[in-house]
Amino acid sequence: MISNEKKRQLQELAINIRIQCMKQFGHLGVGHVGGSLSCCDLMACLYGEILNVDPKNPGWEERDRFIMSKGHAGPAMYAALALKGYFPEEELLTLNQPGTNLPSHTDMNRTPGVDMTTGSLGQGFSSGLGIAMGCQLKGLDNYTYILLGDGECDEGQVWECALFAPAKHLNRVIVFVDFNNRQLDGFIDEVLDLGNLCEKFETFGWHTVDVADGNDVEQICSAVEAAKRVEEKPSLIVLRTVKGKGCAFSEGNPLNHNMPVPAETAKEAIEELEKRKADLA
Amino acid sequence: MEVLLAKENKPEEIEMRQAYGEALRDMMDQNMPVMPMDADLMRAIGLLPYRDQYPDNIVDCGIAEANMFGVAAGLSAEGFIPFPHTFGVFASRRGCDQVFMSGAYAKQNVKVVGSDPGVLAGLNGGTHQALEDVAIMRAIPGMTIIEPTDAVMTKELTYLAAKTYGMFYIRLFRSKAVKIYEEGTKFQIGKAVKVKDGTDVTVIAAGTEVAEAIKASEIMKEKGVSVRVYDMFTIKPLDKEAVLEAAEETGAIVTAENHNIIGGLGSAVAEVLAENYPVPLERIGVKDTFGEVGPADWLKERFELKAEDIAKKIEKVLERK
Repeated sequence: MISNEKKRQLQELAINIRIQCMKQFGHLGVGHVGGSLSCCDLMACLYGEILNVDPKNPGWEERDRFIMSKGHAGPAMYAALALKGYFPEEELLTLNQPGTNLPSHTDMNRTPGVDMTTGSLGQGFSSGLGIAMGCQLKGLDNYTYILLGDGECDEGQVWECALFAPAKHLNRVIVFVDFNNRQLDGFIDEVLDLGNLCEKFETFGWHTVDVADGNDVEQICSAVEAAKRVEEKPSLIVLRTVKGKGCAFSEGNPLNHNMPVPAETAKEAIEELEKRKADLA
Repeated sequence: MEVLLAKENKPEEIEMRQAYGEALRDMMDQNMPVMPMDADLMRAIGLLPYRDQYPDNIVDCGIAEANMFGVAAGLSAEGFIPFPHTFGVFASRRGCDQVFMSGAYAKQNVKVVGSDPGVLAGLNGGTHQALEDVAIMRAIPGMTIIEPTDAVMTKELTYLAAKTYGMFYIRLFRSKAVKIYEEGTKFQIGKAVKVKDGTDVTVIAAGTEVAEAIKASEIMKEKGVSVRVYDMFTIKPLDKEAVLEAAEETGAIVTAENHNIIGGLGSAVAEVLAENYPVPLERIGVKDTFGEVGPADWLKERFELKAEDIAKKIEKVLERK
């Protein structure tokens, strides 16, 4: 369990990450709003509490690894990295601009703090498992964290990974599924019903945790603690999140996967977030 | 590069897969971080005997190629040198997106090994004949494509691939080839080997077609034609210097490859000639059709990949000279 003070810090960090997301989208005028905002609370937990990393030394060998397999949520990760000090916050405004180090989908060769290049769904799961295997072979006792989208779980490669990790005893892998229940063409159960994801992964040999409110920092941190207690299996944590969470214009908007964000809309969203941050204090 | 050519008709001692496995074994013994990986074809590539000896290095991923190439990319990101193997058809077609994005786009160091090139897929038939693998891999930026010619070259190129950072596609015939090189030959990635000198025409060949090209040069010698033969074992990056030297000095070129004539060695040579020094060119290869089942020799005849076919193309290109 995290302390109340920690909880408040993480909530504040999550709001700050959303504010930085809005600055990126507002500057560009468009973006993957829904899937970025749904995972901001996880980003806050990872970079504010869970990950053992050093922003001054992004390649530090002993660090925990994090792979954003749903690569289109890059802006949420970039916001967290900037706030953590990997690069200056001003750089966030270069998102998707020619020559940027912050491309739409995460790129290990461009952005400090990004451990693997992703973008084609399903692939970050496999490369993450390869990274975890490599760390294990090197005798490191770190963790490898991977974030999947719910729609991403349609990919056959995800199920190859589901078989692979327990079979190869990659027990220091913790996978999150950002289950915001929507993919581009509609609700998850309309497009391709995933059924009970936890049950499915359990039959594949995983330890699973179903987090009822995946936008609650306390529940996220508890799930990771529970996952770490299980040492003989890899873990999958399903985060029941809300797509576009935290901003009135996007939360509940069925077209929020990739949407226009006029500067004025971003400004209003930031004001809304600032107000919430003040309330928090 | 130091080339020692074997005497004609000297029998090949070992299968190419044995040479490949021995090279990997030697590197594992030297504690190089090489990691042979497979999608349930270790028995086919001859690595099964090593699996228990090197449990930390060798990973059998099961019949899940997409995951294998992804895991390979992750291992590479941690400093390992993975050699994921499957049949060429699956390495290029089934694993294409993973090889492209997690591998090449992410600037990794993965040595993709695709066995059973072209018509040499035993009796597995058209479904298993990699006739488009080179074309697919050529279109991926930064991909080095090599096709070893015999066991000596296979061993050397396996070492060289491991020691050269970057993405490789190694197109590997598994069985006994025709011996071309003697032990001790040193190759250089990107440098063609002139295996026969000649002045009237040049055949640029790769893989098992090199032996056919040498035979074709003998057929033509009897007809008074002097044929130069290049072993273009690096298909990408192509040895442009060798191509242009051949064009300037012999004035006519025939390419020979165990692959579709679209997108492979013949296309690569045509691109260089067309842009720099156009001379008459004829191509030996499978003519944009699917493979079919049958013994390798019959298939070579069926798809006109034999020495006699190359000789006919030489005559044709000379008419156009």
